[in-house]
Amino acid sequence: MKIFYYPGCTLKTQARNFECSAMEVMKLLGYELVELNRWNCCGTVYSLASDDLIHKVAPIRNLVRVKEQGGDKVVTLCAMCYNTLKQANVFFNSDQEARDKINSFMDTEIDYEGDVEVLHLLTVLRDEVGFDNISKKVVRKLNHIKVAPYYGCLLLRPSTVAIDDAENPSIMEELLHALGVETIDFPYRNECCGTYNTVSAVDLVIDRTYRIVGLARNLGADVIVTSCPLCQFNLEVRQKDVKERFPEFEQLPVIYFTQLMGVALGVPTERLGFELNHIKPKVLMEL
Amino acid sequence: MINKVIELSEQNLYACYQCGKCSAGCPSVKLMDIMPNQVIRYLQIGKPDKVLQCKTIWICASCYTCSVRCPRGIDLTRVMEAIRLIQLRKNIDYIKVREISEDVLVSVPQIALVAEFRKHTA
Repeated sequence: MKIFYYPGCTLKTQARNFECSAMEVMKLLGYELVELNRWNCCGTVYSLASDDLIHKVAPIRNLVRVKEQGGDKVVTLCAMCYNTLKQANVFFNSDQEARDKINSFMDTEIDYEGDVEVLHLLTVLRDEVGFDNISKKVVRKLNHIKVAPYYGCLLLRPSTVAIDDAENPSIMEELLHALGVETIDFPYRNECCGTYNTVSAVDLVIDRTYRIVGLARNLGADVIVTSCPLCQFNLEVRQKDVKERFPEFEQLPVIYFTQLMGVALGVPTERLGFELNHIKPKVLMEL
Repeated sequence: MINKVIELSEQNLYACYQCGKCSAGCPSVKLMDIMPNQVIRYLQIGKPDKVLQCKTIWICASCYTCSVRCPRGIDLTRVMEAIRLIQLRKNIDYIKVREISEDVLVSVPQIALVAEFRKHTA
């Protein structure tokens, strides 16, 4: 089965390990992620001001591309892309006047009708593939590994785009249990990682990473699993800065959920992009 | 200024009864100079300078934790964005783009850079 796939900028560079592992896993499950032609930037952050319509054109234009190419739904991997595309779509469907204006901003595209569904891969795995079916395809036993699932913000908030309960999500735990791994009860799983403050307010991110990763380790996790390339960067690469400030800090690998799926489902580890992970999840690579 | 913020954010700031739940749950409050509930309070009592000059609005990264928890249904995320925009639309950048180090430029993911520029530059 084919599903249109919107990659976004970071999946083609720093987060190539997210993309390649997702492709491998989906192929194994009988799905092909078909990259959308002529996709453009999603806008990265959703514009929140009432008079700011122009920044909603970029995400909506991507949804028009889905229609042009004969689709009615599109899946994203990056949590930021998911959030921005989905919020723009929800807004588009809630305001007729804004909808007409956005359509008139785009003069070469067909009018958008608001009828493309924006999905995140986690919900496709739950609702279309089914966690039971994934469970049946597990070939590597990983029951010795404890995982800290980390959702971050953008899959859960605001409530109009949430893939699960904002305060008590379980979708990632359910997937991980289907893969046969144990999860820790992780209170910081839906806390903000500091996001783009990593550019000019690094101290803030160092504080977040110290707390989030430190707690995961104290609770016995061997690895943190996430679905956002910016969370992954902040929680993993910034550990180097944390270590400089807090020498007693012990590092912990932070990988994408698709990489862990790949290991469990028997994809050769060299095809899961672990070379792009700065802290190698040795516990998964030496099976 | 409160009317401008209400217009841009589409939030009823007079609904806030200062319970402080937003500040209690904010993951970045430690680095803020005034607390999120105070941002609303200063607007309510007519002290806009306090919020226009605070660091808080720039530290808020739109994680929506306060928004999903507010018992009065105020989306504080939008309030923060409205105040940022009131500043940025005077064509004043919050960060100095030229001062971003090369280390940062080559290491951070694009989404971090684009988001930073969208939120912190005019």
